Order: sequence, then C-alpha cells, then structure tokens
Amino acid sequence: MAAFALVALSPIDPLQANIGQVALGSMSAEQVARLQAYWGVGQPLIGRYLNWLSGFLRGDLGVSLLYRQEVSQVIAEKCANSVWLMGFAWCVSGVLGIALGVTAGVRRGRFSDRLIRGGCLLVSSTPAFWIALMALIVFAVWLGWFPIGLSIPIGMDAARVSLADRLHHAALPALVLSITGIPNVALHTREKMVEVLESDYVLFARARGERTTQIVLRHGLRNILLPAITLQFGAIGEIFGGSTLIEQVFSYPGLGQAAVAAGLGSDLPLLMGIAVISAVIVFGGNLAADLLYGVVDPRVRKGGAHR
Amino acid sequence: MQRSDPILEVKGLSVSFLQYGRGMRQQLLNVVHGLDLAVSEREIIAVVGASGSGKSLLAHAILGLLPYNAHMEGGCRFRGEPLDEARLRRLRGKEIVLVPQGVSYLDPLMCVGAQLNGGEKAPDSRRRTRESLARYGLGEEVERMYPFELSGGMARRVMIAAAVRNTPKLVIADEPTPGLNPEAARRILGHFREIADEGAGVLLITHDLEMALTVADRVAVFYAGRILEEASVADFMQEETLRHPYTRALWRAMPQNGFQPLAGAQPYAGEGQEGCLFASRCPLRSAECTKEPPVREIGNGWARCFHAGERGKADGFDSGTNFVPV
Repeated sequence: MAAFALVALSPIDPLQANIGQVALGSMSAEQVARLQAYWGVGQPLIGRYLNWLSGFLRGDLGVSLLYRQEVSQVIAEKCANSVWLMGFAWCVSGVLGIALGVTAGVRRGRFSDRLIRGGCLLVSSTPAFWIALMALIVFAVWLGWFPIGLSIPIGMDAARVSLADRLHHAALPALVLSITGIPNVALHTREKMVEVLESDYVLFARARGERTTQIVLRHGLRNILLPAITLQFGAIGEIFGGSTLIEQVFSYPGLGQAAVAAGLGSDLPLLMGIAVISAVIVFGGNLAADLLYGVVDPRVRKGGAHR
Repeated sequence: MQRSDPILEVKGLSVSFLQYGRGMRQQLLNVVHGLDLAVSEREIIAVVGASGSGKSLLAHAILGLLPYNAHMEGGCRFRGEPLDEARLRRLRGKEIVLVPQGVSYLDPLMCVGAQLNGGEKAPDSRRRTRESLARYGLGEEVERMYPFELSGGMARRVMIAAAVRNTPKLVIADEPTPGLNPEAARRILGHFREIADEGAGVLLITHDLEMALTVADRVAVFYAGRILEEASVADFMQEETLRHPYTRALWRAMPQNGFQPLAGAQPYAGEGQEGCLFASRCPLRSAECTKEPPVREIGNGWARCFHAGERGKADGFDSGTNFVPV
C-alpha cells in the first residue's frame, strides 16, 4: 500500500517518462487523453488501489504497463534471472562469511584476525555500486574475462544460449553481490565465536582436556549455528536490496532492474507485483529461520514437547 | 604442614590483569598475590574466602586456563615435577580435573553424554561415562538430556561425574554447592570426601566456611587475593587456636559462635596494596601493619600477621561501629 501511494504521489509524469517530451508534443489531444487513461492519470488513488487489490485477491496481478505482459509472467522471467544471482551470492557470502568469521574469532588478535576484520570493514564501508564498477573496469574492460553486462550474449538467438553463457554472464554480478554480503556475516560470526570461546562451557571443555580444534568443531560451530541461521536468512532481504544496485550497474535483466524500471516509469501493477514478491521472499526467509530454530535448538524442540 | 610428597604444590602464584585505567594509562591489576598452597593425597584442603577475592582465578590459574589478558607468575609442581603448559595439556581432564560452579559450564546445545565423552567414540569411553554417571545416581536417560533439562543438583552431579570419569589425582572444585539446599550440598560435599578417601587430593574452593569445615582436613583463609592463614579443621573448634584476626572474625560470624558480622569490605584488587591488606578492618592494627606482615608458623598451621595468635581486645571488636555483613 505504501508502495502504491508513493508511486501515485511521485512527481513523475508517466506520459513524459515513457513516451518522451517530443513525441508527446506532436500528438493530438485525443491521443494524449487515451494515453492518460492507459496510464491512469487523474484517477483517484483509492479507487486504483481497491481495483488492484480485488484483482490481486483473485490471483490476478494485472498487466504491466511497460512490458505489456502479465505481471506474473514478467516477474517469473526476471525472477529466473535473479534467482541464480541471489542464490549464488547468498550461498557464497554465507559459507565464506562464516568461515572467515570463525577463523578470525579463533585467532583473535593475531594477524589473520586483523586482516579479515580490516578487509570486512573496508568492503562494508565501500558502496556496492562502486565495487561493481571497479569489478567491471578490471575484469570486463581491462582483462576481458567477463562480458560487461546483460544475462546472455548480445544478438544471439535465445534458443542457442547455453548454460555456460548464462553462467559466464552471471559470474561477475554474482561475485560482487557475494563480496558485499560477506562482511556482515563474517563480523557477526566473529563476535559470536569470541563470545563462545570465552564462555564457561568452553573453559570446562578445556579443563576436561579438549583441544582447541576439537572445541571449535564440537562447541564452537554448534553454538554459532543459531545466530548464523538468523543472520543468514535475515540476509535474504539485504541481498535482495543489494541486487537492485548490482543489476543496475551490470545491466542484468533481473528483478531488481525491473523494480527500478517500474518505479521510474510509473508501472504501478509491475511495481506492486515486485513489492509483493519480495515481501513474500523476505518473509519466507524469516519464517524458515524460525522453523529451523525449532529443529536445531533442543531447548525449543524438547521444551515445547515437554509442556 | 610438612607432609610427604604433596600432589600439588603452588609456590608464589600471582595473577594480574592488564587494564586500561584513566586515559590510556595501562594498569596492572594484581588479583592473586604471592600464593603458596599444597594439596596432599587423601586430603581436602578448602580455600575459603568472600566472593570477589579471586578464588576462581586461583582454580583457573592452576589449570592454565586464565583469560588471555591475564598474566601469571610463580608456578605449580604436580607430583614433584614442574607443571608447565605442555604437561598441563597432557594432564588436564585426566589427572587434574575441575568441578565448575554451575550449569553454565555445560554446553547448552549438547547432550550430557556426548559432552562427557569428549568426542571419544570408543565403547570403553562410553562405558566409563555410563559408570561415573551411575555412581552419582544418574540413570542412562541423563546421557540424552540437555543441560537445560537438569536440576541444579543433577547438574552438579553431572559435573562431578565428568571430573572423576578418568580417576584423577587432583580435583579442583570451584564453589560446588551454592544454590543447593543444605541437604543436597552436604551430599555433594560427601562425594568429594569419597573422592579424597579413594586417594585423590581435593582443592575445594568455597565461600561457605561452615560447609567447608564439615568435610575438609585443612582450611586456607583467602582474603583479597592472599592466603592469610592456613589451619587444620580442628583449629576451628575454638577461637583461641586460630591465628589470624580475620579468621577469628569469620569464626565469630558463624551462627553458633555469636553471629557477629565484621564491619567494612575487603579491598579491591589494585587498591594501594601496601602492608597488611586486612589492616583497615583489623582490631589489632598497629603501626607496623603498614609493612608487609611476616608468615608466622604456630602449631600445625601459619598466619600472615604481625599479631598472629594474639588475643584481641575485649570481644575483639567494639560494637559501636556499623556492622556490615560480609
């Protein structure tokens, strides 16, 4: 609803944005009026919202004004592109983030800890789009290892695009998205690991003769698992947000780019559709974390059963 | 005091922390200072002191488990040989064990059985876990329980079982009784008596002098990071056989001996530690107490005091001052 109001209140004139000042000037008044009706100019906000809502409740997301396709179809297509990107980034930043965080936590105060912490702070204080631009300049322009944009080779028949082509195009954006996600996971994991290693139960484990590696594997990983789950599933939202910027820089036709296009082009049905889908995904992530808690944490699992 | 081959000998043990004081000035915080202690076979020696006196650190220092910002001086000998880090690493959990304070010392996300096995999967290891739990009346179902499912008393017994599962030579028990009712506490302490009678030395760290007197052989009175007196339990039969004014004050604070609390509080670590630390609260204080007090051996024990063994003024303390419970 907020998304709806924001678009309706935005100063962008959909006709000017999508047709262009020149073309608009050369049209007849009748044509302009028809276009205004198409983009919904002048209709009351509440009526448009209720109209959209009733359609949504019947499972009809409407037709995208920009793409002239069913919103669900547009989203499905963009999603397929983005899922690769976000899934890859989510896994890589999770695995690398936890690995780096654990290493730094165990080797607290040593060189490797300072290196990891320094790197994380550096990356997290650098804007994502800047990292993306740098990656483009270095790997795509100078070294020529990766294409500079899009999700498939330019001018190639869609039927002839191979999986290798798709991966080749997705690699750089996915990599950048992963890198920007790592610091958050790594720094949080490090803090938790330090806390675990200073805990009473680790002291007792040492007193029982357990070695450091054993303690990290047996007690460390077990106890950072719960916060890691929260963090990792909470990070879905962040990756989603990050992908908007990254896709824009890499001209990667994913959900994020579609959202930007819909917002700037006043494509209300598409924007609402994307808002709903992202809300569902983020909600799904948090729900999954809560459900996993019940499976992993014996206090929740058995505590519930006992009562 | 001179016994044949003690299991553990602590000589001149000091523990200090490096802390940042005001501004960027670093400050060495002396928490345990110049501590000597010996534990023999079949003996329970109780280290008794108020909370915050550094007792737990003593336990952690002997085990070599001090936090990373702590600095330790002096050393220990275990069965006659110096206890260095490499040797500690071999002996920890086998010949030298810790019985910690409470349930927070068990990993909240791991079953009791798995924790006691310590990652060993050999049937022999599992059998020993089973037997040591059974010895303390804990059934097989306890092995599959998580720490949050244990009662306070069960948790203590689990931790004792964890300690004795490898038939140790030295057991260091850090406050094993708080939070238990007197009945359960006595039972737990009885377990330590048993362990000692089977040949191990037990170092029992507690704030409960009354409880300690029921099981220990000797008592070391700990105050602000130092041992002020070492006495046999028999010395606590009457006030006269005790040597240090602080010990006597503790004795008088026991319910059956008048229940008289001692005014003031022990000094914090790092607070101008010149001369006798107890001087500010001592009824026998004299000019010389600003100097380091000597160790005086009297009978079967010793005290670190210029006035060791002296009788105090009438009743020791004037009753006009504010009495604050210790």
